[in-house]
Amino acid sequence: MGKQYETVIGLEVHVELATKTKIFCGCSTEFGGAPNTHTCPVCTGMPGSLPVLNKQVVEYALAVGLATNCKIHQYCKFDRKNYFYPDNPQNYQISQLYLPICHDGWVEIETAAGKKKIGIHEIHMEEDAGKLVHDEWEDCSLVDYNRSGVPLIEIVSEPDMRSADEVIAYLEKLRLIIQYLGASDCKLQEGSMRADVNLSVREVGAKEFGTRTEMKNLNSFKAIARAIEGERTRQIELLEDGRKVIQETRRWDDNKEASHAMRSKEDAQDYRYFPDPDLVPIWISDEWIARVKERQPELRSEKLARYQSEYQLPQYDAEILTGSKHLADIFEETVNLCRKPKEVSNWLMTDAMRLLKEHGKEPEDLSFSPENLAKLIRLVEENVINRTVARGVFEAVFAENVDPEKYVEEKGLRVVSDEGALRRVVEEILEKNPQSVTDYKAGKQKAMGFVVGQTMRAMKGKADPAVVNELVKELLER
Amino acid sequence: MANIISDETMEYVGILAKLELSLEEKEAARHDMERMLDYIDKLNELDTSGVEPMSHIFPVDNVFREDVVTNGDDRENILKNAPEQKDGAFKVPKTVE
Repeated sequence: MGKQYETVIGLEVHVELATKTKIFCGCSTEFGGAPNTHTCPVCTGMPGSLPVLNKQVVEYALAVGLATNCKIHQYCKFDRKNYFYPDNPQNYQISQLYLPICHDGWVEIETAAGKKKIGIHEIHMEEDAGKLVHDEWEDCSLVDYNRSGVPLIEIVSEPDMRSADEVIAYLEKLRLIIQYLGASDCKLQEGSMRADVNLSVREVGAKEFGTRTEMKNLNSFKAIARAIEGERTRQIELLEDGRKVIQETRRWDDNKEASHAMRSKEDAQDYRYFPDPDLVPIWISDEWIARVKERQPELRSEKLARYQSEYQLPQYDAEILTGSKHLADIFEETVNLCRKPKEVSNWLMTDAMRLLKEHGKEPEDLSFSPENLAKLIRLVEENVINRTVARGVFEAVFAENVDPEKYVEEKGLRVVSDEGALRRVVEEILEKNPQSVTDYKAGKQKAMGFVVGQTMRAMKGKADPAVVNELVKELLER
Repeated sequence: MANIISDETMEYVGILAKLELSLEEKEAARHDMERMLDYIDKLNELDTSGVEPMSHIFPVDNVFREDVVTNGDDRENILKNAPEQKDGAFKVPKTVE
């Protein structure tokens, strides 16, 4: 029998904060501007420029630290991490090494294996780097500094995780906490949340950790799970072959489902940190901490309980709805508008979830307004459209955030409950299908269903089913 | 001079600083750095026990800006600092990961 190995995993999670401006200058953090249109002498590292700290960055970092049970370094400061790479025009990244703002916290996760606390070693504030695009045509690289100086927090966990399941549960937990705080939208695909995986293996029962590698370029939960499995296998194979794991940074290629070492040995990783002389220290008073604590919004566990008590939703529904801050926001705003929690929950839980799945999207991507969902619910409530039609209208709301009232008018989707008009349609169908009349009179109830179906089809689904049922029955029995 | 900087250290510092030095430049730099280390040794002679470490020379803390956009699009001026540019971006030699 072979040796049994245990995987030891720690994460470095970078989160882009939801500030309007960069960490050290008044440039916009808006995503997707033309290259270098959100830049200034500070975030392009021009000599003589002076960084000034965005207070909101400290507020968000404190909020995340307090929500993850961290202690606060009330006296904290910034350091320079020196490295040469064109994504970083200063040749140093402003970060925190010696006195990170938050330290020694934890979050609780739950997996099939049960509940577990994952330690947080520290959370520090730092600036993001620019974006490099390779230009095939001229075989050069083009640098866009719009992202340079966008504020980040880096959340460094303890090596407390043992499986991909635990890693994903931890990331989901962090994501929810941060989204609920409004500190970031935490989109993995867009890079506003990025996770680097530090992984080593050791024989079960061993006290010492094995040599670890750091895996980068993981931009979905699935990629993270595959990378963990791949790296675990790679390290075990090395050890089984009597070779050694080298401490290095590796880049995961999710298409190839393999990783390769990122930096050569020539590039020594010696960052020569030192305190940044351009930035004065930060003193976080007890009062400041108390103010941030007071402002902490309702977190997920509280919301989960409230949805069950206040809205009488089943636990399962409450879990799905609170599983994304954005989804919970849409739910609450729609309920505030229409006062029909069960109805709102149904639309979100069934139709919205189904459409998200079909389009391969996340709840964060929902882009319709609560006003339009509330309008749709009112249209059904007031019997202006029936449920079948409503589902079609919801698809249009989901896709393009259409105004359901206008949409229903434009497409002529109002329910027809005008008896006279419906009676004519049913009579026409009975004339065309004399067999159904005979069958019904012979006691075949199914014949009625057929006629109702044909009528609904002739009305393109817009008839009021109750009225149709009554009419068909009446005309068949005449 | 008390401090001696080895060839290996010179090589390493050169790599870190991304500098290619001629033999003469290397020797001059070695001499300068050895003198710097000697100076630090001199400072270290001072008894600083009981003195609180200083992280900044000004007795100032909490200098903040509010989170308000104050800068517009200044790309044209910013790109004047680029040795080469293309499509609104700084053009640099190919970077390989």
